[in-house]
Amino acid sequence: MSSLQDSLSRFYASSIGKKLLVALSGLALIGFVLGHMIGNLLIFAGPDAINEYGHMLHTMGHGGLIWVARLGLLAAVVVHIVATIHLTRQNKAARKDAYGKEATRVASSASRIMIFSGLTILAFVIYHLLHFTVRVGNEYNNPALYTAMLDGQPVHNVYKMVIDGFSWAPASVFYIIAVALLCNHLSHGFASLFQTLGLATNKTWPLFQKAGHAFALLILIGNCSIPIAIWLFGYGR
Amino acid sequence: MALLNLHLKVWRQTGTQPGHFQDIEAPEIPDHASFLEMMDIVNERLIRAGQDPVAFDHDCREGICGMCSMTINGMAHGPERGTTTCQLHMRKFRTGDTIWVEPFRARAFPVVKDLMVDRSAFDRIMKAGGYVSVRTGAAPEANEIPVGKEIADAAMDAAACIGCGACVASCKNASAMLYVSAKAGQLNTLPQGHAEKDRRTLAMVRQMDAEGFGNCTNQYECEAACPKEISVRWIAKLNRDYAVASVKELVGAGRQQSQAGE
Repeated sequence: MSSLQDSLSRFYASSIGKKLLVALSGLALIGFVLGHMIGNLLIFAGPDAINEYGHMLHTMGHGGLIWVARLGLLAAVVVHIVATIHLTRQNKAARKDAYGKEATRVASSASRIMIFSGLTILAFVIYHLLHFTVRVGNEYNNPALYTAMLDGQPVHNVYKMVIDGFSWAPASVFYIIAVALLCNHLSHGFASLFQTLGLATNKTWPLFQKAGHAFALLILIGNCSIPIAIWLFGYGR
Repeated sequence: MALLNLHLKVWRQTGTQPGHFQDIEAPEIPDHASFLEMMDIVNERLIRAGQDPVAFDHDCREGICGMCSMTINGMAHGPERGTTTCQLHMRKFRTGDTIWVEPFRARAFPVVKDLMVDRSAFDRIMKAGGYVSVRTGAAPEANEIPVGKEIADAAMDAAACIGCGACVASCKNASAMLYVSAKAGQLNTLPQGHAEKDRRTLAMVRQMDAEGFGNCTNQYECEAACPKEISVRWIAKLNRDYAVASVKELVGAGRQQSQAGE
C-alpha cells in the first residue's frame, strides 16, 4: 500500500476522520435540502414557473449537469450513512454494560435519535425518488397525461404531477412525517457539524445553534406548506 | 445536624465476573458528611457485620486529584455541577432517598472491583503525546518565551483537567474526547507545545481510538459532568487540529527534507 493510501485509510479509521466526513457530507446535503425546497416552492408561482424550472434542471449542460448533481448527492448520502453506521456501532460497543440508572442532563432528544431519524429519512428518500423521479406505480411517465406546453414546446408537467401526487393522503402524510423528522435531525445536525469542523468557539457557537434551529424550522414550514396546501386546502386540484 | 436514612443500590463486581446491584440500607447518615464519608460509614458497618466492604477509589478528598469516581443516580460525580464525588455532600440528598451508586462504565475502563475502574487508558494516551520534548539540564530563563495573557489563561483552563474520567462515564458513547481535547489543547495552545502539535494530535487521537473509547456526538453531557467544567470548545479545537494535521500528513508537508536524504 502506498503511503498516501495508508494515510487515507488511517484518516477514515480514526474517530475524528469519520466525523469530519459526516460533517462535510451533511453540509452538502443541507445545501441540497435548501435548494430543493426553494425550487419546489415554485409550485405556488403557477404551472409555468415550476414546469420551466423542471425543464431547466433536466436540460442544463445538455442534460449532463443533473447527472453530475445526482452522482454528487449519491456520494454524499453514501458517505454520510456508511460513516454514521460505523460510528454508531463503535459507540454501542464502547459501553457494553448499561447503567442501572440512566440520567441525561443536557443532550437534546433530537441528538439521541439521530440514527433513527436519519434511517427513516433514508426510507422516505427512497420512496420519494420512486414516486417523483423514477415514477413507478403511477402514470407520471405517461406523456399523454403529463405533458404541458411551455413557449410552444412540450415539457413534462411537473405541476400536475405534484398536485396529483399530494392529492393522495398517504403520500402527503408520509411526506409530512419525514420532513418533521428531517427538521428534528437538522436541529442537532446543523450546529453540530460546525463543532465537528472545528469552527465552533465560545463566540460563534450560540450563533450556529440559533441558525440551526431557524434553518430546521424553515425547512419544516417551507416543505410542509406544499402537501398541506394541496391535500388539505385543495390548492391546484 | 440532621441524620438521613438512605437506601443504596450499590454495584458489586469482582474483576471480569458479572456484577449485580446490592441493596444496602444506610440509616443515620449525618448530612454534613461527604459522599465518600457516607461510603466510609457504610463500609465500617459492613466490616463490623463481617461482610465485604465496597471498594472505591479516593485519594486527596479535596477535589483536585481526580481519583474518586462513582456514578451517582446516573450522573458521574453525582448531581452537583463542577463537583467531584469527594466534595459532594449528603445535605444534597433527602432522607428516604434511594441512591444508585455505580462505577464509571466504559469498555476502556474495566472494573477492578465494585466501584473501582482501571483508568490507565488515559495514561497510555498521555504517553502517546501528552508532553513536550525538552532538553534536560539547566532550567531555561522563565521569561525567555513570551506567552500572551489570553493564551496562558486558555491553556490554564484546559490544564484544570484532573483526568478523573467523568467525561467518559457521562458520555452516551463513552467517548474520551473532552479529556483528550483538554490534554492536547493545553499543549497545542502554548508556544512550548507548538513544535510537536501535529505529531501530538495524531498520536493522542490514534491512541484514544485504539483504547476502544466511543466517538463524540456533540451532546455535551461531558461538559455538564466535568468537575473542572472543561469547555466542549476544546473538542472543536481538537477536531480542527486533527483535520489540519491529517491534511499535512496526507500531502507529506514538512517531510521533504527527511525524504530528500533517503
